[in-house]
Amino acid sequence: MTPLLSIKNLHVTVDGNEILKGIDLEINKGEIHAIMGPNGSGKSTLSYVLAGKDGYEVTEGEIIFNGKNLLELSPEDRAREGIFLAFQYPVEIPGVNNIQFLRTALNSIRQYKGLEPIDASEFLKLVKEKQKLLDLPANLINRSLNDGFSGGEKKKNEIFQLSILNPLLAILDETDSGLDIDALKVVANGVNHYHNKENAVLVITHYQRLLDYIVPDFVHILYKGKIIKSGDKSLALELEKSGYDAYKVETTN
Amino acid sequence: MSNEIIKEKINKDYEWGWSFDIEAETAPKGLNEEIIRFISYKKNEPDWLLEFRLKAFRYWKEMKHPHWAHLKFDIPDFQDIIYYAAPKKKSVNSLDEVDPEILKMFERLGIPLEEQKVLAGVTPNVAIDAVLDSVSVKTTFREVLAEKGIIFCSFSEAVQNHPDLVKKYLGSVVPYTDNFYAALNSAVFSDGSFCYIPKGVRCPMELSTYFRINTAGTGQFERTLIIADEESYVSYLEGCTAPRRDENQLHAAVVEIIAHRNAEVKYSTVQNWYPGDKEGKGGVFNFVTKRGICLEENSKISWTQVETGSAITWKYPSVVLKGDNSVGEFYSIALTNNYQQADTGTKMIHIGKNTRSTIVSKGIAAGFSENNYRGLVQIRKGAKNARNFSQCDSLLLSDTCGAHTFPYIEVKDTTAIVEHEATTGKISEEQLFYCMQRGIDKEKAVSIIVNGYCKDILNKLPMEFAVEAQKLLEISLEGSVG
Repeated sequence: MTPLLSIKNLHVTVDGNEILKGIDLEINKGEIHAIMGPNGSGKSTLSYVLAGKDGYEVTEGEIIFNGKNLLELSPEDRAREGIFLAFQYPVEIPGVNNIQFLRTALNSIRQYKGLEPIDASEFLKLVKEKQKLLDLPANLINRSLNDGFSGGEKKKNEIFQLSILNPLLAILDETDSGLDIDALKVVANGVNHYHNKENAVLVITHYQRLLDYIVPDFVHILYKGKIIKSGDKSLALELEKSGYDAYKVETTN
Repeated sequence: MSNEIIKEKINKDYEWGWSFDIEAETAPKGLNEEIIRFISYKKNEPDWLLEFRLKAFRYWKEMKHPHWAHLKFDIPDFQDIIYYAAPKKKSVNSLDEVDPEILKMFERLGIPLEEQKVLAGVTPNVAIDAVLDSVSVKTTFREVLAEKGIIFCSFSEAVQNHPDLVKKYLGSVVPYTDNFYAALNSAVFSDGSFCYIPKGVRCPMELSTYFRINTAGTGQFERTLIIADEESYVSYLEGCTAPRRDENQLHAAVVEIIAHRNAEVKYSTVQNWYPGDKEGKGGVFNFVTKRGICLEENSKISWTQVETGSAITWKYPSVVLKGDNSVGEFYSIALTNNYQQADTGTKMIHIGKNTRSTIVSKGIAAGFSENNYRGLVQIRKGAKNARNFSQCDSLLLSDTCGAHTFPYIEVKDTTAIVEHEATTGKISEEQLFYCMQRGIDKEKAVSIIVNGYCKDILNKLPMEFAVEAQKLLEISLEGSVG
């Protein structure tokens, strides 16, 4: 089976500083991967590079996503190919209706795939279904995009978008940060509902807590721009106990 | 929905035009007393109106072209303009000869091909004259309106059928001595709309006028007069387009609104005159004087404008708050792209007691354009407890455009409260990236963000107009991002 995402020897610099120093990672459909690491290890950089944000220069390596050279695609085409990034800090866009925005996004993706725009009533049905699933208040989805949302509401809204857009790969960039335990459960529940054999999830997090609810098949430890250790779920638990320091020593040896 | 409206409007223009005898209404280029007499004679005007025109002309001849606006342009050659516009028929034989940019624009606006033919003046069985002529009034519902005593007709008709009303109010808000272009308009205005809402009547539908400049070398000088008698209400819409021309065309209209005791007038404009090409060649000079007076107590006048067109927009829809407790409002979106220039805003003149005014202006500048807000809030002595709130926001979409705010505040009464807020910002990369990460391309993302920015004002527009305005914003922003 060809992997859904294949990253080989990825080197990335930002403002002349090398942040990622040779990442190798393969994700297959149906898998959940977690990347853990201390602050400044390059976790968010990896998610931005995958999504195609400006200012991240790939100096070496390749990324193949669903058979396509990801690095040749524009950010919007990456999204249309099925990459979804749940942002750590979702941006506010005042005056833009949350639902209208989502419909525009969905239709842009559909158009790319040669599909007709979604019928208004069908879309509404989908929205209601997912809203219920995620326990989102009705007024939240009719407000301006993230405008005046609490931290928790913003994160829930990201997962709401995920469930509607239904991408091939969901990247969750520290989605758990700033969430209370109830919101964390809602978010995890949404991700688990989304996840199936045909898609994959890449969870980026500091803490093992989220992984109690979104159970990963693989855990990778990112440190100073390199994946220094990979394992199964137990690695996250181990890490929780020993802290990152134990692994730092491992790499220097 | 908006397509229907546009289609409807264009059809109405065309219908109305069938009765026009275009040959009889042409005047040679240039401006002198003879031309003015010719216009007046052709329109079978009463002597007092000819006198009004001639006085205005004589006054105008002594005036100097104003230069205070933050605009750069060559003063039009007033002898090189056809006044009293009977357009030269363009010998265009097939759709292929019509400028594809126009076709594209109208296609984008959702007007089907048939309509495009009408607009470009090529369908053989269409009265080109009608569509190409400067002003048309939608008169379909005239009978329904007449039942309520509402008069809604072309200005020329009003002169013939309701001379007393015209005589009483013409020039009462914008005298011909007001400014250079108001004087010019007063001398040569060809047509326009007239609207009178009698006492106690709430106009049951939106009244709408659709303006269009067509033939090369023509100037357009329409005159609009709206009178809302005591306890009445009317919502009035104005839309404009013009085809692409290499030379600049002059549009110098005058709009006067009179609101009597407890009356309310809501005036909405979506202005989409041809803005010139990407290099800044051609386009309409939109030099318009719009002013309303809240003549008596508890009256209200509200201007809402969406300005996306014109090479140059130079206008300040204003309200004179004479009656006690009267209310003036100005809501504006001005979007400039490429080499467009806009110097627009409002004047709120507080004379009566407890008068209130609100100004919300959103300027969006892209390309190499210049976008200026200029506004006067004047609280005269005796305007006890007058209040004004002004908010002027500018959004810059490029490094090569400019936005300026020129607020003038004159307060002569110590009981007044005047507030002014202003912001200038750029569209954020984070917002753009967020949209793109959701599969939306950059151009669409800009238009979504701009539309959101303008939301408060778009909400003030009647529903159909709001949809049209949103589309216009989108089209006008095309090519504004690299």
